[in-house]
Amino acid sequence: MLGQIKFLLDITRSRDIVRRYFVVNGFDGALTMLGLIIGFIVSESDDLAVIFNVCLGAAIALGMSGLSSAYISESAERKHALDKLEQAMVSDLSDSAHGEASRRVPLLIALVNGLAPLLISFLILLPIWLSISGIVLPLSPLYAAIIVALLLLFLLGVFLGSIAGISWLRSGLQTLLVAMVTAVLIYLFAGH
Amino acid sequence: MVYVKRILLDVLKPHQPNALEFSQAIAKVGVDYCVHLIVLEVDENTETIQIEVTGSTIDFEAIQSTIKDLGGSLHSIDEVEVQSEIDPA
Repeated sequence: MLGQIKFLLDITRSRDIVRRYFVVNGFDGALTMLGLIIGFIVSESDDLAVIFNVCLGAAIALGMSGLSSAYISESAERKHALDKLEQAMVSDLSDSAHGEASRRVPLLIALVNGLAPLLISFLILLPIWLSISGIVLPLSPLYAAIIVALLLLFLLGVFLGSIAGISWLRSGLQTLLVAMVTAVLIYLFAGH
Repeated sequence: MVYVKRILLDVLKPHQPNALEFSQAIAKVGVDYCVHLIVLEVDENTETIQIEVTGSTIDFEAIQSTIKDLGGSLHSIDEVEVQSEIDPA
């Protein structure tokens, strides 16, 4: 199964696209959650159930948006690439590995694009969910969620650094800086 | 019984899978296949290759099917070597 997925990604040269979608939409998910939580802190909301449901709704919407938009765009791209290849080969490739890839790769990319923000959001919301479930945390669940979000953004930067072959620390700090700037902007504009 | 011992095929294929993956997939069709692949010409989206397969009993239909599965198109059978052998009783 994994070997087949790897093969289909290789023949369509889509590995880097999957990686890019994972990082871009994962980043979207983490920053959106961070923004929402800081917004709740600034507005001094303390109803954790409401905060959790609002964030969960946003996470699901991000997931669905990622899933559908990537599927539609990648299906069109794969069909275009297959048509071009069929013209060059002067034959029908729908029963070949290329035909199979043009049907399955968009689905795979869509899943990555949809699940990346959803899973990252779930991880960020975990402290809030634990607190609602009655588990006492050593610090406020909202601040714990912010720490998780910052950690995940840092790890996304580390991942990008390892791909680019540059310093993981520098790359991680870059994404962390983006998160810090976002937080400052929210405090500046929503804090009044 | 007549056994195919060697075939030389002229094939047009997309760039992916590459020559190594393509020849490996063909070699997997039989238990003792030896595949020799030469890239003859490279175009923008395709490449023309020559594949020589040697083995004790070559299954041409299976090789043709594998080439098609990988997106290739068999243009011609350029050389064939067959041998008749007495079937073991």
